Amino acid sequence: MIGLFVLLLKREALLLCRRPAELANPLVFFAIVIALFPLAVGPESQLLQELSPGLVWVAALLAVLLSLDGLFRGDYEDGSLEQWVLSPHPLFVLVLAKVAAHWVFTGLALVVLSPVLALMLGLPAQCFGVLLLSLLLGTPVLSLLGAVGAALTVGLKRGGLLLALLILPLYIPVLILGSGALQACLHGMPATGQLLWLGSLMVLSLTLSPFAIGAGLRISVGE
Amino acid sequence: MKWTFFHKLGSPKWFYEISGRWLPILGWAAVLLILAGTVWGLVFAPQDYQQGNSFRIIYIHVPAAFLAQSGYLLLAIAGVVSLVWKMKLADIALKCAAPVGAWMTFIALVTGSIWGKPTWGTWWVWDARLTSMLILLFLYFGIIALGQAISNRDSSAKACAVLAIVGVINLPIIKYSVEWWNTLHQPATFTLTEKPAMPAQMWLPLLVMVVGFYCFFGAVVLMRMRLEVLRRESRTSWVRTLVEQSIGRGGSA
Repeated sequence: MIGLFVLLLKREALLLCRRPAELANPLVFFAIVIALFPLAVGPESQLLQELSPGLVWVAALLAVLLSLDGLFRGDYEDGSLEQWVLSPHPLFVLVLAKVAAHWVFTGLALVVLSPVLALMLGLPAQCFGVLLLSLLLGTPVLSLLGAVGAALTVGLKRGGLLLALLILPLYIPVLILGSGALQACLHGMPATGQLLWLGSLMVLSLTLSPFAIGAGLRISVGE
Repeated sequence: MKWTFFHKLGSPKWFYEISGRWLPILGWAAVLLILAGTVWGLVFAPQDYQQGNSFRIIYIHVPAAFLAQSGYLLLAIAGVVSLVWKMKLADIALKCAAPVGAWMTFIALVTGSIWGKPTWGTWWVWDARLTSMLILLFLYFGIIALGQAISNRDSSAKACAVLAIVGVINLPIIKYSVEWWNTLHQPATFTLTEKPAMPAQMWLPLLVMVVGFYCFFGAVVLMRMRLEVLRRESRTSWVRTLVEQSIGRGGSA
């Protein structure tokens, strides 16, 4: 089982490395959205620092959402998904490998990029630990929940906007807890509570959502 | 416990017959209860000592909010039944109840904001309850949109069922996180006066209204379901004879 998991991860990594543009797009999007806000609300550093927890999190959330549309699309079109559904291995393991690869190449990449952009927004350096930790715990939840929506809409021609409609309301707890952790840190308060909540949300979605993703894929493939 | 009742629900014809008997009862109960509750609540219930007459919108706001949440729960239950027992009637229930629930949520939001104007001084505050209601409305929109986007009827019903179940697991998490967010961010400018233990003259009409709204919801969903059953079963012989009979009756009358 673990061998299969690793094999799938390698396949996903290879596929993504062959199309580096897909790898870079969410990151560039993340950076552009962050750059839009100072242009919209003005360059005052005090204001930007106050807003930065929310801005970083909203931008990260949108970047993950944008990358989800293509999560199962390629496999759906070339028929690999059908093979997955037919294969003797449990579907949730295959799905988990797929989502793990997606997270490593978008979520983790966002985590690595975020300190640079947060620095540009004026987030003080002592908050970087909380920033990294909150994104590290929160982005897997975004990937997993988003994959449920992606699985349900993969068979549709114009699923992108629908995907946002389905998934964004479900992202709200992560947004609240993630930006709440940063806000607490910004005001010199401990952020442990929010981080622990984010961790438990991650565990919850890690255990439950693969089944929902699998069910969604079966429906989309069966159509 | 006898399960024949449950298995019979799988038959659209049986459902159509039995729901035809329930519908008048539910419908009349809804009319009477809502009429009685409205008159009682708007005319006879005493004024609130702080909010005066403006509190009377509670008699619409609270029942609608009740139904908004129960409606989503109903969608999830129908989703589980549809996925586990593959019962077509559950698909129909899910599809027919979603817009009604969304309207209830909308009514709760609108009456809440109308109520907010005299008591809080603004139409909208990012109060925890209002915000979670708004998110609930978006969840309803998601289910309706997904149901309409997938053209195949069976896969559309299954997809909606999965989404409703995922949504209902998330609903408490969303609710508590929003409440927590609110207590963290919102300065105590607007404090909803702690609900005083209402006197019986106030909460009895509210209870009547809540029960009336439940009957109304049941009646509307049943009516929509009956129509949908007729539409889906339009090729079967029992629907044809039914339609011929009703046309015949209409012609002779």
